[in-house]
Amino acid sequence: MKMVKSTLAMLTTAAVLGVSGFAQAGATLDAVQKKGFVQCGISDGLPGFSYADEKGNYLGLDVDVCRAVAAAVFGDATKVKYSPLTAKERFTALQSGEVDILSRNTTWTSSRDAALGLNFTGTNYYDGQGFLVNKKLGVSSAKELDGATVCIQAGTTTELNLSDYFRANGLKYTPITYDTSDESAKSVEAGRCDVLTSDQSQLYAQRIKLANPDEYVVLPEVISKEPLGPVVRQGDEEWFDIVRWSLFAMVNAEELGVDSKNVEEQAKSTKNPDVARLLGAEGEFGKDLKLPKDWAVQIVKQVGNYGESFERNVGAGSELKIERGLNALWNKGGLQYAPPVR
Amino acid sequence: MQIHTFKPDLPPPALSVGVIGWLRANLFSSWFNSLLTLFAAYLVWLIVPPLIQWALIDADWVGTTRADCTSGGACWVFVQQRFGQFMYGFYPTELRWRVDLTLWLAIIGAAPLFVPQMPRKALYGLGFLVIYPLLAYWLLHGGFFGLSTVSTSQWGGLMLTLVIAAVGIAGALPLGIMLALGRRSDLPAIRVICVTFIEFWRGVPLITVLFMSSVMLPLFLPEGMSFDKLMRALIGVILFQSAYIAEVVRGGLQAIPKGQYEAAAAMGLGYWRMMGLVILPQALKLVIPGIVNTFIALFKDTSLVIIIGLFDLLNSIKQATTDPAWLGMATEGYVFAALVFWIFCFGMSRYSLHLERKLDTGHKR
Repeated sequence: MKMVKSTLAMLTTAAVLGVSGFAQAGATLDAVQKKGFVQCGISDGLPGFSYADEKGNYLGLDVDVCRAVAAAVFGDATKVKYSPLTAKERFTALQSGEVDILSRNTTWTSSRDAALGLNFTGTNYYDGQGFLVNKKLGVSSAKELDGATVCIQAGTTTELNLSDYFRANGLKYTPITYDTSDESAKSVEAGRCDVLTSDQSQLYAQRIKLANPDEYVVLPEVISKEPLGPVVRQGDEEWFDIVRWSLFAMVNAEELGVDSKNVEEQAKSTKNPDVARLLGAEGEFGKDLKLPKDWAVQIVKQVGNYGESFERNVGAGSELKIERGLNALWNKGGLQYAPPVR
Repeated sequence: MQIHTFKPDLPPPALSVGVIGWLRANLFSSWFNSLLTLFAAYLVWLIVPPLIQWALIDADWVGTTRADCTSGGACWVFVQQRFGQFMYGFYPTELRWRVDLTLWLAIIGAAPLFVPQMPRKALYGLGFLVIYPLLAYWLLHGGFFGLSTVSTSQWGGLMLTLVIAAVGIAGALPLGIMLALGRRSDLPAIRVICVTFIEFWRGVPLITVLFMSSVMLPLFLPEGMSFDKLMRALIGVILFQSAYIAEVVRGGLQAIPKGQYEAAAAMGLGYWRMMGLVILPQALKLVIPGIVNTFIALFKDTSLVIIIGLFDLLNSIKQATTDPAWLGMATEGYVFAALVFWIFCFGMSRYSLHLERKLDTGHKR
């Protein structure tokens, strides 16, 4: 994702580790329960992932992770306070304890996972860099883009991925760099460049900004891996597990056919042992996580399963109309796979 | 005896009066100026009609969703639907009266200061400056005396812009004056401290100050202790702007002739009374344009808080454009922001002109 190389973040981490040391296991859950809400770091505005509606309610796929954790811990998805963070301050905010979870379209990379004192709890969206072109060009694959003028957003790994891809395929291109997504969308429209490259989730948002969105198409090629997921501080395994399993519960619920409408009925009368274990009708699996027995019921009832959250925020039920693709369940050709509750 | 009768004056040549005369004198006085005039007129013709077409004639004014914007021009529906958020940010809707009341109190409370006949103005002004900030904090933030707390993370929109600007101005002016006096002080320790302070803050960009306050500062504080983000930004803005004000005021102090200082000393006035009664009133009057200039810059600089994730007017608008229901409305949003900023800055500059004229005592050329 947008990643200004995090040298600064690493330096500051070194400072953090020196000053405050690692968080203690269990400390976060205790603190969260004591203050009565989850403090969640989200983006300062990313279509479909975290944004505010007219009434000032935060919505989006990343926001749903925060709500799921609150539903699991408190049985109330509204017990979340949001801290909108810029890309630069997000890691500091998590490290310094300003937020309990960072759910801000953050790409899982080795350096962030290992060197920043953070832990990625999973992947709630598999993203990747793609291309948006005008249908008039008649291009159906990125391999046909030899000699194209490409619009890029500045200061992100997007530029590096792009040059790697074109070099690997022996293609030539002319880059034009823009500062914001609005500028780059406008310049595609004005014909200053043939192709717009960015993360695919953003290309769909960019396409809506154009006067005639139907004239443009997102090419099938994905040239980078961008697994986006919620992040927590390293050292508090208990909290890590809660965030990770809140996400897994949503994915498992979708796989088992449990959704926000039928979850209560299923919890009472299911014959499927997998569903019974997930929803707390059988066994004491919530207790292992230090959560109430009905933790997964609350998540699914108040936030929905993963599929519902996806469709509502970025999929067919939203303006963005992103296809499931990599984010389909593992048994439907995608990558979303959650270990079983057992 | 011959009586001299004056002939009536001839009217001035037709070409030098009225519209034609004005045009000749101002727009076409030489071939070069004529060329410039024509070029400027061409530019205006190029820009203004499409702008009016887009912003007014083709614009959509009524509706509730993006689907209501069909005519191809500006979609002011977006601004209208989000107006509350642009003004108040995420301040709870049912508590917005508190923001309104704060503003009204400011207007009503400050009004007597603009009445020239008002007696004991200085005392009233001082009282207002002490009481009002406490009252405003109570109303906006709440948390005691029966008002529920609205944490600063919910503040936003124009309200936040005004809070930052007002606190920045109110804090930076006195601090700046003290720094300017300190820099001209005879006491070496004070002078060195003031010079160091001023040069340090003038040497770093505001964006760095804000960035440090939000990214680095939390790392040096003990874990779990978090300073309010807005508070950090406010302190940064005050310290930064006070250095600029100090230099502006120092310019005024240097312009006061030495005789004034000596005359004040000869009257037996001590340092503070000399400064307060003789020097500063003259110096500050001289530097009104500079001070207002700094204030206007400060007002516009408030939008830099965007980089630390505070939702001022500009960031509220930017945030609203990421709602999938309103994607692609950035132009309308930014035009609206520009208009609001312009109104405030223009207002400030007009007021400073008025102030200069009112206080003018013989400096006018």
